[in-house]
Amino acid sequence: MDKLTQHVGRAVPLRRSNVDTDQIIPAVYLKRITRTGFEDGLFSAWRANEPDFVLNQDLWQGATILVAGPDFGTGSSREHAVWALLDYGFRVVIAPRFGDIFRGNSLKAGLLTVVLPEKIVQRLWDDIEDDPSNEVTVDVVDRQVRWRGEVHDFDLDDYTRWRLMEGLDDIGISLRHTDAIAAHEAGRKPWLPTVGAQNP
Amino acid sequence: MGKTLAEKLWDSHVVRSAPGEPDLLYIDMHLIHEVTSPQAFEGLRLNDRTVRRPDLTLATEDHNVPTVDIDKPIADPVSRTQVETLRKNCEQFGIELYPMGDANQGIVHVIGPQLAITQPGMTIVCGDSHTSTHGAFGALAFGIGTSQVEHVLATQTLPMDRPRTMAVTVNGELPPGVTPKDVILAVIAKTGTGGGQGYMVEYRGSTFEQMSMEGRMTVCNMSIEWGARAGMIAPDQTTFDYLEGREHAPKGDEWDAAVEYWTSLRTDPDAEFDAEVTLDAADITPFVTWGTNPGQGAPLSASVPDPESFEHESDRVTARKALQYMGLEAGTPLREIKVDTVFVGSCTNGRIEDLRAVASIVDGRRVADGVRMLVVPGSMKVKAQAEQEGLDAIFTAAGAEWRQAGCSMCLGMNPDQLAPGERSASTSNRNFEGRQGKGGRTHLVSPLVAAATAVAGHLAAPADLEK
Repeated sequence: MDKLTQHVGRAVPLRRSNVDTDQIIPAVYLKRITRTGFEDGLFSAWRANEPDFVLNQDLWQGATILVAGPDFGTGSSREHAVWALLDYGFRVVIAPRFGDIFRGNSLKAGLLTVVLPEKIVQRLWDDIEDDPSNEVTVDVVDRQVRWRGEVHDFDLDDYTRWRLMEGLDDIGISLRHTDAIAAHEAGRKPWLPTVGAQNP
Repeated sequence: MGKTLAEKLWDSHVVRSAPGEPDLLYIDMHLIHEVTSPQAFEGLRLNDRTVRRPDLTLATEDHNVPTVDIDKPIADPVSRTQVETLRKNCEQFGIELYPMGDANQGIVHVIGPQLAITQPGMTIVCGDSHTSTHGAFGALAFGIGTSQVEHVLATQTLPMDRPRTMAVTVNGELPPGVTPKDVILAVIAKTGTGGGQGYMVEYRGSTFEQMSMEGRMTVCNMSIEWGARAGMIAPDQTTFDYLEGREHAPKGDEWDAAVEYWTSLRTDPDAEFDAEVTLDAADITPFVTWGTNPGQGAPLSASVPDPESFEHESDRVTARKALQYMGLEAGTPLREIKVDTVFVGSCTNGRIEDLRAVASIVDGRRVADGVRMLVVPGSMKVKAQAEQEGLDAIFTAAGAEWRQAGCSMCLGMNPDQLAPGERSASTSNRNFEGRQGKGGRTHLVSPLVAAATAVAGHLAAPADLEK
């Protein structure tokens, strides 16, 4: 994962709430076995059926920050939703509330998800619609979102912040604790089920 | 202060805890399937890592497999590649796999319990948000993304911050015709789709204690639909009776030791939850959804709500958009909504008890003209059981299609899909836009309402048929 300390870019207003991961990328796009190439599936129904949909407007081309309404990324656990946003070019999503699994997936895959209060999100929507060339700064180090004189703090736990700033792989960190894992395994209940593994 | 069930399950699986870091949680069983695993295995290969515990990892093919002609190669080449990739990965890493056609194959959340691979006190994860189903046995079970699938494959652990705890208490006997599905739809309508975010939920009270394991699984299954990280019910005699004698259940002295331990898995009397929600069973009636998220539900006896009647602007906007997508007018009685398709199946309602409930209603009746009814068993074992009981004959005599096991029209990854504009009553778990097929319109219902709707041709409860 690349190191992420700060992102500066233009932002797109997605004035919708309850955007579930089926809307972010429908199931028919989940059949691929690769980790990239999902940009065509991003919001595919809305891009195909709604000429006025924000991503169909030239005004917002090249923007890298998505600003959405409450409960973004609810529903299915598909990490493809995160990959589709990244593949399309987004680096940050700002919303008042996220689905838990989506939020977890995003921070592991390097898509920064930032929670700001609904009122602040509405102000950001108004400001970027007023002037789409407005640049928004999302600062991981200071845990701040800044634009046009506005400065707003956001919550990000120290551990995740450190992991993002260092670009660290979670698995590598856990593998440092194999002794503790083995110790736990030695104390597991004897009746716990195992399945027929074979030696590869 | 005592501990809640969720806290007991969490604490007994913490491998390592350090200030300022997430807990490292041990995973007792990792279930995998074809859709959310290929990139995880690829990640292992790229980093020269292996699967730590193949004996705690079980694979099945369920999400994109066809439910007809399963003896032939999968027609869709992309689906076929995904299934073949799973087979290759399982072979390379020594993981047991139940492929299409196998007697043990089925939806991942149906096969775990029926093999007793799901047991009280366990941690269970799967790259699927409906993993909360397994919480019905007093397990801590939750859905994860593909990065986490890779993490569990490599380490058999997950770094996680402990979610808060919530109690959902429902007491009393459910009125006739009211099912566990109606209970959870009522909970979601009350809390909204985000009400459970950040919580491990325990369903408590006499209503859940009186439910069968199948019913408890239906309730826990839909925990994610109101945002909860996990849902669970304390194990009791009903749980033990369900598990005893099943393939992976403990045997002999180990069974006795296990039951003694499982009996301790209850919330202590002096434990405190971070939040509580209470419903009265007597107030719950058959519930159906009218909108495009599972929180947009109402009693079947009600009408399509007026979007302007909602308190919050964002709810009004969402409701307006939902009615437009669903092709519905505010004020229309829900019972007058005609359907084209009825889908019975999924990890929510694809178990034997669900099929028996549907059969009891359609027995001796006919599916209404112009309505297509699909009955898709949750697993090959459920299919075999249903056929042994003659349920398949009842379905086909009524004019329904009897299929092979899989996720099918719940998410329409295989050919079982709604056409644009087509309307379904579905026993599944999500009514999102396009979920069952591009442009498809979904009403979530219980198995009893699905059966009555198939016969009536419009949303209906069994009681409506006798009139």
